[in-house]
Amino acid sequence: MSASLEKGIQALKEQVDSSVASFFSSCVHCGMCADACVFYTETGEPELTPITKTEPLRRIWFSEYTLIGRLMKTLGLAKRVDEQLLSDWETLVYDSCSMCGRCSMVCPVGNDITEMIRRTREGIAAAGHAPEGLIGATQRSVTIGSPMGVRLPALQAQIKHIEKDTGMSVPLDVEGAEYMLLLSSMEIMNFPEFIEAIAKIFDKAGATWTISSEAFEATNAGIQIGVSDIAATLVQRVVDAAEKLKVKTVISPECGHAYMAIRWEGPNLIGKPYNFKVRHILEVLDDFREQGRLTLTGKESQKLTYHDPCQIARRGGVIDEPRNLINMFAENFVEMPENGKMNWCCGAGGGVASIERAEDLKLLAFKHKKSQLDAIHVEAIVSACSTCRMQFEESLEEYHMDIPIISLTETIAEHIAEDK
Amino acid sequence: MNEIEFLSWVRGPGFQIATVIFVAGIIIRLGETLLLGRKANLAEAKGSEMSSGLRTVAARMLPPDRETFKRSTFTIVAGYIFHIGLFVTIFLYAPHILLIKDVIGFGWPALPSQIVDAFTVVSLIALLAILLHRLTDKVLRHLSGPEDYIVWFVTIAPLLTGYLAFHRLGGSPVMMLAIHILSVELLMVLFPFTKLMHTFTLFLARWYNGAISGYRGVES
Ligand code: SF4
Ligand code: SF4
Repeated sequence: MSASLEKGIQALKEQVDSSVASFFSSCVHCGMCADACVFYTETGEPELTPITKTEPLRRIWFSEYTLIGRLMKTLGLAKRVDEQLLSDWETLVYDSCSMCGRCSMVCPVGNDITEMIRRTREGIAAAGHAPEGLIGATQRSVTIGSPMGVRLPALQAQIKHIEKDTGMSVPLDVEGAEYMLLLSSMEIMNFPEFIEAIAKIFDKAGATWTISSEAFEATNAGIQIGVSDIAATLVQRVVDAAEKLKVKTVISPECGHAYMAIRWEGPNLIGKPYNFKVRHILEVLDDFREQGRLTLTGKESQKLTYHDPCQIARRGGVIDEPRNLINMFAENFVEMPENGKMNWCCGAGGGVASIERAEDLKLLAFKHKKSQLDAIHVEAIVSACSTCRMQFEESLEEYHMDIPIISLTETIAEHIAEDK
Repeated sequence: MNEIEFLSWVRGPGFQIATVIFVAGIIIRLGETLLLGRKANLAEAKGSEMSSGLRTVAARMLPPDRETFKRSTFTIVAGYIFHIGLFVTIFLYAPHILLIKDVIGFGWPALPSQIVDAFTVVSLIALLAILLHRLTDKVLRHLSGPEDYIVWFVTIAPLLTGYLAFHRLGGSPVMMLAIHILSVELLMVLFPFTKLMHTFTLFLARWYNGAISGYRGVES
């Protein structure tokens, strides 16, 4: 057995626990998970059925952790995990799964298939079969600190621009600030308006905040590729920075998996609870609203909808907050036919957007979102994830749909009352 | 071995062997699953694991949201019909209750046998339709292996043989009854080692699903 295969198998073994065993024991092969998955509904390819994506993990569970499976393995009858299988499954677990979590909501026996796929990625990555784009992003995250290779000077340059344009200050490394803001590289490079929005909102709300020069990156490529060690290293950087600056709350920005990584997986990856809180920016803004620290003026009369980023809503638990906030400025808000915890994925999450060869599939997967949009005829889409935003911008153009997609945080900032 | 001897074997030693494998198998399967354990979640909770888990155990018993229902109508409707039919036939038929009372010491009221018979017929039809669906639907064909067809067979066999025995069809009544009991024993023996185990493990699976999701504040 090659060393890499051995590593892959070992990584899969480490993923089996009582929840995984219960899930595999319960699958009745009913096929309902297929109808919940954009990658199946838009391609019609049965191989993309969610539970199929977990086959390598299933084989390890069966042959190593069940009596009958071990017996069959001894007799040479159990299906094996080999190099070929792991390499064949690469495109299934990475290109064709955005970790959106929808399959886990419909399985009648209750399997959390998304979690099973997430764990299957650990084995495939350990065996060296992760997509190049993700490997690159992961390496850049470890060595440079950002999946897109964004370094501190680039952030400082953006901050300077913003400070010059707005006359507001963007605090860097301020010890004792209440909040520490994380940013995704995409926000720093493509959507710096987000930083500007935060400066404006927090100023009016009278909240102190800062960005750490040592850990400003919110995304976690280790989570996307499925390598827990690396994911833990990246989480630890944020933890160290937050402790150094003695902040009370770390804010995860408008990025889906960043929130999953730092809020839900983080403490489990580093093996201890945080001594600060982690909140999504929408949760913080909703707190401000409740405390009366968010005063908005002017209404949006255009017809708006909200796209729930999967990791923030279904997998993250931030569902009511964006709606409370939108209600503050929207006169004509409509929900998509399926929304909140049952929303459909845009098709780009879970690392899919970083995989070059998945371009076409990603565009095809968007068709489900397109059909949802076709049903409601809106003039603008509000959302809260940079990856969703890029996917919407690219796909809407491709499908000749002239609908802007706007950031919720930025929209709030635009409506901030000037005289508080 | 003549008919009578065959019947007394399946009723006696045969049934005992099947029961031992059935019970021991289930205990082993549940044991090997639960003993794996699971790490405690260290993230700050947004909801309760226990109550969310229990909620999902119950919620997935009920039909799903309308859109999901529309997408998987056949699977859901046929699934309900044959599960309810199986339940009624197994647990509410007078002779079965007598047998259960013999083993565990107490029983419960039965439904009139004509009603149980109707449930049996409906379940048989549903199971046939389910097989047809499995053989023709592209996702199901892709997912299905020998185990799926074996499990289908050992599920429908007791229903069919029971139906025939009850209506005195298909040969001598003694023989039919013996075959019926044998088919149940086959089901019991395979039960712990096939997807039939979902009968028990789905409670665990749903609980974990609900707990994972509920911890983050989402009802699943
Ligand atoms: S929906 Fe659940 S039970 Fe049905 S095939 Fe998918 S994982 Fe298995
Ligand atoms: S998590 Fe989403 S994309 Fe992945 S298999 Fe499930 S439904 Fe499909």
